[in-house]
Amino acid sequence: MSDQITLKSHRFRAEREDSWKELETILKAIEGRGMKSLTDAQIVALPRLYRSTLSSLSVARATSLDQAVIMYLESLSARAYYVLYGSQIGLGKRISTFFLRDWPLAAKELWRETAVSAGLTLLAAILAYILVTNNPDWFYTFVPESLASGRTPVASAETLRETLYHDGDSSGLGLFASYLFSHNSKVAMFCFALGFAFCIPTAILLLYNGFMLGSFIAVFAEKNLGFEVGGWLIIHGATEIFAIILAGAAGLHIGKAVAFPGELSRTESASRAGGTASLLMAGVVIMLFFAGLLEGFGRQLITNDWLRYGIGLGTLSIWLLYFYAPRPIEGDN
Amino acid sequence: MSEVLSYSDVNRRSLITPEGINLQVQLADIGARIAAYALDQLIINVGLIAAFFIIIFGGIAAGPEIAITIFILVNFFVRNFYYMFFEMGPKAATPGKRINKIRVASRTQARLTANAVFARNALREIEINLPLSFIFMSGDSIDGWIALLGMLWSGIFLFFPLFNKDRLRAGDLIAGTWVVRAPKPILAADLAAEKTVLESNYIFTSDQVEAYGVHELHVLENVIRANEYQTVKDVADRIRNKVNWEKGMSEVDLEFLKAYYAALRGRLETRLLFGVRRKDKFDKG
Repeated sequence: MSDQITLKSHRFRAEREDSWKELETILKAIEGRGMKSLTDAQIVALPRLYRSTLSSLSVARATSLDQAVIMYLESLSARAYYVLYGSQIGLGKRISTFFLRDWPLAAKELWRETAVSAGLTLLAAILAYILVTNNPDWFYTFVPESLASGRTPVASAETLRETLYHDGDSSGLGLFASYLFSHNSKVAMFCFALGFAFCIPTAILLLYNGFMLGSFIAVFAEKNLGFEVGGWLIIHGATEIFAIILAGAAGLHIGKAVAFPGELSRTESASRAGGTASLLMAGVVIMLFFAGLLEGFGRQLITNDWLRYGIGLGTLSIWLLYFYAPRPIEGDN
Repeated sequence: MSEVLSYSDVNRRSLITPEGINLQVQLADIGARIAAYALDQLIINVGLIAAFFIIIFGGIAAGPEIAITIFILVNFFVRNFYYMFFEMGPKAATPGKRINKIRVASRTQARLTANAVFARNALREIEINLPLSFIFMSGDSIDGWIALLGMLWSGIFLFFPLFNKDRLRAGDLIAGTWVVRAPKPILAADLAAEKTVLESNYIFTSDQVEAYGVHELHVLENVIRANEYQTVKDVADRIRNKVNWEKGMSEVDLEFLKAYYAALRGRLETRLLFGVRRKDKFDKG
């Protein structure tokens, strides 16, 4: 009778239960206070305990009918799996690889999308420029009243010149810069996120951005302020417009992967594209932060046109070099 | 290997570890995810309101200008990086998710990378804020129609998780992640090893323990663990009927069930060792 009752599966469990509990204690310590809180002995034990728990799970599945044990082992193994195969790179290392490798590589990889995105913006800008120059009424179609804030075709050359050098008094600059930063990152996020819907909304947003750009330039050029408005735009635009173009490129990349997955399944294709695109997006947010500073402080404090051009073109060439200059190929990955 | 465990199969997905073991993960259900989201939003907003007052009062000395600037930046960073910060941590879950016992995980064998977490959260913008922005779009009747159409369109993203079998948000789809249940493992006591079972003198004949299969064994296990008076009584009567067991004078239903459970499990496990898994009572294998 007794061999009917002391089951093999129970003996199996009794023999190994301690090592499961040990693994559980270690996992709890890692999840609570991180890897650093482990003793040397625990670090050595962790992979061994993980493998023995996995093998317990296999044995239990094949020989035990105790649901409690199987469910426990499944969830314990999964938890250990996530800890062992989870992200282990430290934040510092992560940030440095991002700047040194991941971000510029992502930008480089998406150069085609970037070209399309820049092309769309440029096309729209030229179109809007021509339309507004021929018939200033077009301006009101492209630019909403709130954004124009007086910079319309009917404004006098004097008022226009004024807006180029004195919009907002200097005490409010920090406020202005931080507002611009959060506003622009929102626009860029939309540009990126909407790409998911087969590229179309992203393309529309990029075109619209270009239309506004072209119309503004046209209004100023009309009053012979073309050179001045160029400086006003380029000091921050080199960074900001570039960032939005990159965000658009990231969106297009995902949209393309969703629309034309090729041999992969649609979801797989989307998640592959998402990896590169989101790296680029993280970089875009950083660019916009700088753009916000340049726009809020730089543009208001620096009123010399040549200096504006110098800073604008300087930052542009820095970005271009950073992204597209050939760099040594690293061994790992 | 056929799966016979009695808990929800619809949500189970297999995850093959590099060691070749099929870990079964369970997808988080929609309710838990909505609850987690609501909780996180609550934490964010309460935190921001608190931050607002602290910054405003603290900032009076430094000037309102700086205070508001700081607040705009804090607001932006908290709203955008709250999810990323927590999901990049060792638990891969925000406080709301932790409380609901769910976490973010990679859909493939690959690690859950920081990029993936970034991607899945960057898309929140269109999932939640886009429909909201259409709702708050006010205006005359034509704008109303546009807003309605926009809302329908953006609603596709909002309700995306309801329309695919893995309950992926658009962000999860892009990032290659999903949200799974992460229950704290608790090892329940082995029913077949309890003192009352070992010391009891129920002896079943071979025919009596042949009556059921694995499925019934697991149902029986759940009944014993739940231990509800009426259910225990009904099940005990059903089993006695089925196996022709004469109820003794001082026989306690629960003890009878435990003894029968141990005997049945012993028999089924013995057969399992010989490679026969009897699925349920209809399986004569």
